Amino acid sequence: MSNPAPLFSAFRQALSEAWASGAGLLLPIGFFSGTAMLVPFTLGDEAETLAKIGPGVLWLALALASLVTLERVFQADLQDGALDLWVQEEASISLIALTKTLAHWLISGAPLILMAPILGRLLGVPFEDMVPAMAAYGIGGFTFFLWGGVAAALAAGVARAGLLIALIAIPFFVPAIIFGTLSLTEGFDGASILFLSAACLFALGVAPAAMGAALRLAAE
Amino acid sequence: MWSILANPHRFMGFSKIAIPITIGLGLILSAWSLYQGLWVVPPVPAQGGDIARAMFIHVPSAWLCMGLYVGLAGASFVWFIWRHELADVAARAIAPIGAGYTALCFATGAIWGEPTWGKAWRNVILYDSRLMSVLVLLFLFIGYMALRAALDTRQKAARAGAILAMVGLINVPIIKFSVDLWKESTIHQPSSVIRFGEAAAENVGIHPVFLVPLMIGFFGQLLFVSGLIMLLMRAEIFGQQADAILARRLSEA
Repeated sequence: MSNPAPLFSAFRQALSEAWASGAGLLLPIGFFSGTAMLVPFTLGDEAETLAKIGPGVLWLALALASLVTLERVFQADLQDGALDLWVQEEASISLIALTKTLAHWLISGAPLILMAPILGRLLGVPFEDMVPAMAAYGIGGFTFFLWGGVAAALAAGVARAGLLIALIAIPFFVPAIIFGTLSLTEGFDGASILFLSAACLFALGVAPAAMGAALRLAAE
Repeated sequence: MWSILANPHRFMGFSKIAIPITIGLGLILSAWSLYQGLWVVPPVPAQGGDIARAMFIHVPSAWLCMGLYVGLAGASFVWFIWRHELADVAARAIAPIGAGYTALCFATGAIWGEPTWGKAWRNVILYDSRLMSVLVLLFLFIGYMALRAALDTRQKAARAGAILAMVGLINVPIIKFSVDLWKESTIHQPSSVIRFGEAAAENVGIHPVFLVPLMIGFFGQLLFVSGLIMLLMRAEIFGQQADAILARRLSEA
């Protein structure tokens, strides 16, 4: 990779696309909050129960909210021809895909971490529990976006791929969900947060290559 | 040896003879194993009595569903690197069979677990990490088939499917590890057929009265599955040939 310029432009383009449409930022936050809001209705308003299951409910909502915007991540690039230009560029398409995923996570994933304490408060989770939980939401959320990015890249050429992407991505979410939820009870002391980080690093190593291969296919 | 069969003509010749033999022999051996398992071998009270006879379906399907996923990823790898068309035809044929065996393994496991482990069956799934891993494997198979079905050209479906199968295979150990960590104490019995090191010294292996019908049953199922895969591959190749003939006729007309 000799020329970093395409990476910066891909990053800027991803951010500005999300700002321009507006919904890119609001959709996951709204979905995340809405899912968490439904929980007291379905499971009752007993404070003890909610405080106990609250962090786990937020994990589920986070995983689902990560799936909401995945459909558009690479599909827009395929339709407006940006993908064809990237394939011709000297820059590695895997790194471009990783940059896009990072930008996508900053827009659609990171705000969810900031929302988590507020929703946690709604569910009666104590604030001091939320600090390690927020770190885990950040690492786990990025892992979701990496595997979700692979699914989105594979389905880039498919119209109305939202459910297909979710179906492909869900089995890959399992380790991050398990390590993340276990880390809630263990806090920073246990091994689960380390396993979660390891799962994230593994995704960081494998997912960009898979996204690159899938995007090259989609561009043909 | 296998590279000889990479030639579709040789494969068609080979499979024409091999399919009746493998499917026939596989059915006979499986039927014998089931007969032995369901009627002949004595019930074991410690394993839940008659319900333990589910072993003769559960154990072969458990081995086969894992083996078939490895086979799917292996065929995908061969197609992705060397572009042997036959490897993609094989991957496409393996997927539904693998999904079927995964579902069979999961269902028999849950049915066997209910009376033996003394919990309602939906709890059995949640109480056992091995069954949970099998369920995740089922979703990997379903996702693979759904992706292939959604892509419009065969070439694209083959390439996207190959990427997904390979990414899936390297994730399987991590998924397995995480599910084991989630439920540290599985109530599933430890492996009693294939044992290594300490485990081999500690737990008593399976008695030959059960082991012989079980292994013959597994071998029979393996033959049956390989015959079935070849059958589906032949059907796919015939379908492609029919398309080609149709296209030629249309261009001549």
